[in-house]
Amino acid sequence: MACEPWTEKLDAYLDGEMPASEARALAEHLGGCAACAAEGLRRVQQKRAVQAAGQRFMPNPAFRARIQDSIAERRPFLWSLRWLPILATAAVVLLAGVLFLTLRGSQQQLISELVDQHVATLASANPVDVISTDRHTVKPWFAGKIPFTFNLPELQGSPFILVGGKVSYLGQSAGAELIFRVRQHQISVFIFQDRGPRDARENEAVRTALSFEVRTWHHNGLRYFVIGDASAQDLDKLSELIKAAG
Amino acid sequence: MPLFERLYNFAHWLTQDRQEAEDLVQETYAKALKGFRSFQPGTNFRAWIYQILRNTFLTSRTGLKSAATVPLELESDQESLPAVNETPESILLQRSDRQLVQEALGQLPVPYREVLVLCEFEEMSYQEISATLAIPMGTVMSRLSRARRALRDAVQQLQGTE
Repeated sequence: MACEPWTEKLDAYLDGEMPASEARALAEHLGGCAACAAEGLRRVQQKRAVQAAGQRFMPNPAFRARIQDSIAERRPFLWSLRWLPILATAAVVLLAGVLFLTLRGSQQQLISELVDQHVATLASANPVDVISTDRHTVKPWFAGKIPFTFNLPELQGSPFILVGGKVSYLGQSAGAELIFRVRQHQISVFIFQDRGPRDARENEAVRTALSFEVRTWHHNGLRYFVIGDASAQDLDKLSELIKAAG
Repeated sequence: MPLFERLYNFAHWLTQDRQEAEDLVQETYAKALKGFRSFQPGTNFRAWIYQILRNTFLTSRTGLKSAATVPLELESDQESLPAVNETPESILLQRSDRQLVQEALGQLPVPYREVLVLCEFEEMSYQEISATLAIPMGTVMSRLSRARRALRDAVQQLQGTE
């Protein structure tokens, strides 16, 4: 049948899915072919009938309200999900802040304790247990008394004099307290085993506590504290000498 | 709520039952809200949400039942086109009323019913229908053609029994 190729394409034409050039050709054919025009008209009527019949079911108001409620219930959930990364970040920042203040507080407490020990040493009639200006005497004296060893600096040519040392305790662990003298000032150098992240936080710091100068650093698993009433320059210089001794 | 009434209408056409349609729409909204991230902005939202509804229907009891009763020849290309021999007096649906078409539409297998509702009532393009039903464009066209013929037959049959 000559019309068959056209009738096959009628649906696409009426659905508006035919390329313009083809649609023009089909429209031209419909203008001259009564059978195809009638079939086209029938299909248009059917399309319209289905279009009208398609709207048949309406949701009842109660159901609409139920859906609206269920969506409203979910919204806070979605809202919270959307804000979750921000809330999580805020929580982390808050936690870090609290942790920082706690650590800072504990670090300050630690230094206060050591300053107290330094003052007690100054006030003591027997400030040191090993009296020697020779580092090769002082260092071996600590062997077996503390659970680590350390190097003492070569003080020749420096204004510092090694007075001696004694065992000190901090947080139930034994360490060394070394006393140096610079002019009329005494400086305590405390060496303890590093107690992990809490102490490691403040890797190197310059502080003042109760007008005492304090230097602290971490090296090779040991935590050093240099405390004294000498000048800041003196403490820096002694710290550098100890660090150089490694 | 976007498309609420239309989604409900489509759901009811699929399920042919008010309660099931309500359940289907409710589940569709729940899934859409939950899976909104899977919606790619710039793509067709209507096709996306209709697809959710239809997939949900297909896994429902009624959907599974309807899938099981679809005739095997539904997608066959062997069916010949009917002869175009109607006279203006016999033009189908000319006198048919809305109720008659609705009844006929309701009698069609789900794949025919849904493609007709999406094309004629929802006025979806072939591309949208293809996305919604997850079938190729060619299948959309052939299924539409058969669905229209099946509807005409159903209307004729109902008119004959009147």
